Amino acid sequence: MTTGSIALVGCGGVLFACGTALLLARPLTRIVLGAVLIGNGINLLVLATSGPDGDAALLYPGTSPRTMSDPLPQAFILTAIVITLALTAFLATMAYRAWQHSGNDDVPDDTEDIRIVRRATYAEERERLRAAYHKRRLEYRALARSEEEREARERSAYERLGTARDRYRQLRRRARADARAFRVRQARAEETADEIVGEDDPWQTILGADR
Amino acid sequence: MVSGGAGPVGGAAAAGLLVPLPVILPLCAAGLKLAIGARLERVQRFISAAVLLAVLVVSLLLLVAADRHGPQVMFAGGWAPPVGIVLVADRLAALMLVISSSVTLAVLVYSVGQGLADNDEATPLSVFHPSYLVLVAGVSDTFLAGDLFNLYVGFELMLTASYVLMTIGGTLARIRAGATYAIVSLLSSMLFLAAVAMVYAAAGTVTMAQLPSRLDALPDSVAMVLQIALLGVFAIKAAVFPLAAWLPDSYPTAPAPVTAVFAGLLTKVGIYAILRTQTLLFPGDGIGDVLMVLALLSLLVGILGAVAQTDLKRLLSFTLVSHMGYMVFGIGLGSPAGISGAVFYVAHHITVQTTLFLVAGLIERRTGTTDLQSLGGLARLSPLLAVLFFVPAMNLAGIPPLSGFLGKLGLLRAGVDDGGALAYLLVAGGTVTSLLTLYALTKAWNVAFWRAATPEMCAAGTVLESREEDTPEEGAGDAAGSGAPTGSTGPGAGPPGRHPAAAGGWPTGGLSVLMRRRVTTTFGGQEITTTSSLPASMAGATAALVLFGLAFTVLAGPLFGLTGRAADEMLARSPYVEAVMQK
Repeated sequence: MTTGSIALVGCGGVLFACGTALLLARPLTRIVLGAVLIGNGINLLVLATSGPDGDAALLYPGTSPRTMSDPLPQAFILTAIVITLALTAFLATMAYRAWQHSGNDDVPDDTEDIRIVRRATYAEERERLRAAYHKRRLEYRALARSEEEREARERSAYERLGTARDRYRQLRRRARADARAFRVRQARAEETADEIVGEDDPWQTILGADR
Repeated sequence: MVSGGAGPVGGAAAAGLLVPLPVILPLCAAGLKLAIGARLERVQRFISAAVLLAVLVVSLLLLVAADRHGPQVMFAGGWAPPVGIVLVADRLAALMLVISSSVTLAVLVYSVGQGLADNDEATPLSVFHPSYLVLVAGVSDTFLAGDLFNLYVGFELMLTASYVLMTIGGTLARIRAGATYAIVSLLSSMLFLAAVAMVYAAAGTVTMAQLPSRLDALPDSVAMVLQIALLGVFAIKAAVFPLAAWLPDSYPTAPAPVTAVFAGLLTKVGIYAILRTQTLLFPGDGIGDVLMVLALLSLLVGILGAVAQTDLKRLLSFTLVSHMGYMVFGIGLGSPAGISGAVFYVAHHITVQTTLFLVAGLIERRTGTTDLQSLGGLARLSPLLAVLFFVPAMNLAGIPPLSGFLGKLGLLRAGVDDGGALAYLLVAGGTVTSLLTLYALTKAWNVAFWRAATPEMCAAGTVLESREEDTPEEGAGDAAGSGAPTGSTGPGAGPPGRHPAAAGGWPTGGLSVLMRRRVTTTFGGQEITTTSSLPASMAGATAALVLFGLAFTVLAGPLFGLTGRAADEMLARSPYVEAVMQK
């Protein structure tokens, strides 16, 4: 490899590196410049593939193909230069159009990336809300549990009260029934007494209502 | 640049002269159209359609000739292969040409229909048609290219046209999406050029027929570097998983016909290039396992992305990324059955994916949106649209007996035949992906077509038919700024005399009023006529593609025979090399 080729390769590498750095930027104009640098760097690399330097590849009397440099990479480069030129023009137009639209020519984030970022923030927010909700629910449950316990106590008390009342009512019913029966017996006894009185008491017979 | 060269021997002599036509015809037509400019609209449409029809006929003739007589070769300028430009049409290239020219013809008819309906405001004839024809020429050139540098030029033709088509109209969204697309494509093109330089530096030639013997003589490590460099470039073009992030973001914003042809063809061109380099230049399975892992990731990540989408076009873009995995799987297997299955799947997928994007365009035209959350009730609104969506959707998901099923079956069977653990893993991954595709598309179907119409659907759902200015002097200003309330795209002065007599004012009777009726209303000083029926040529082109997709099912036997022969030819390598180097 001749010094010429080394220079070509080194220069191409530097252009490639600078172009890559520019390509990573946001503004479209920088990206265009990066593309231009990379394109030229690759053209130099292609040129380096034609081997050591030689005569111009022109066929005229007295030239020998042995001393010529390889013309095919040069043909490649010509084509590539034309293509790069067209694409540079197009990208520059696009940058201008983007600037017309929005006042800058930054290449935006990928829609899916934005979605994922939004989803991540959304997920964080959701986690936070969920944690708060869990806490609240635990509190509520504790509250509800104490409530329940109180209710259960009340119910058992009520039940106990109920049994006491039932017993009381039963007793009262029994007592009333006894009393009624007693009164009936008494009344009957009085009736019979009356009858007995009526039959037995001579004063009654004598005085009657005037007694 | 190109002139007819010596034809091959025998009865195929005439076919050799046909080889450059798929590149030359569209390029000449594009030049003619640029010269004509915006005049003679009818003639221009006729020229575009006639040229693409001619390309289709030429491609069919080439396919027959390549299948019967072996690869057809054309030497540009009569220069012998190591020096001159060679165009080669073997079975694979000719089959790809037939599929691509059929699809591009259908999409052109669709776009002409859309242009007529939009009065050519959204997609100007003088920009769209030349770019489209250059795109077709570029795609044909990549399929026919007989050397790596011509392949690069073909890619550049195609990509440059695609940048124009992607950003057509220059709206903010398209510029944003186009920037991503253009930068990624530009970078991949530069890497491609670097890879070509590396191949030339290592092998001393870029002619594909001469490379096999030169590359075989190289040390394995050098060949591996070259292989990885080329594969990386083509994987960007083909949107294989780690290099696919650009695709779902850039495709959906372009106009429907553009997205359709990009989705169908551009990624498959990358797959074609991978197929060509893996079989012809770097045979053997040195990198097959890597390809299979990439295929698996592509399949699963892509389809999981599709499941998460709520916009129909984005959903379809993610299924596109996912299904690239099937083709890479076939290539990674490297067996004749795998290659054959991959080629069949490419043919099937070009058609079906294009059809689905065209249908998405029809849905957008009918309802003004492709957002699944605001769609609904389309099956009742437009049964034709429902059928046009349902058949290719099921075809893509792989429901038997459609060609999607047959293609997947061929690939999975090739995977089982291979018998390796990785192959079985991919068989499982492929099956899961197929089911998830079915899930994603069924979800879209249920939401967009099957459920009841959403409230806003009653107000939308009309297609702009014509627009007439009441008072010409005030209408011109309004036409530029006012978007039609129908959600249709193109403002512009309609041809006089198409003004149908219809009731004024917006309908209030809900769906039944909107079914098959024309409505005229005054908006911004103009009479706007809308109708709910789809433009006939758009629906017709889509229906033709649906039928073309179904034809793969009917003709699956002969087609599998053809892809099998193509795979044998590719893996044998000698037919291609001998056809080019012999003369």
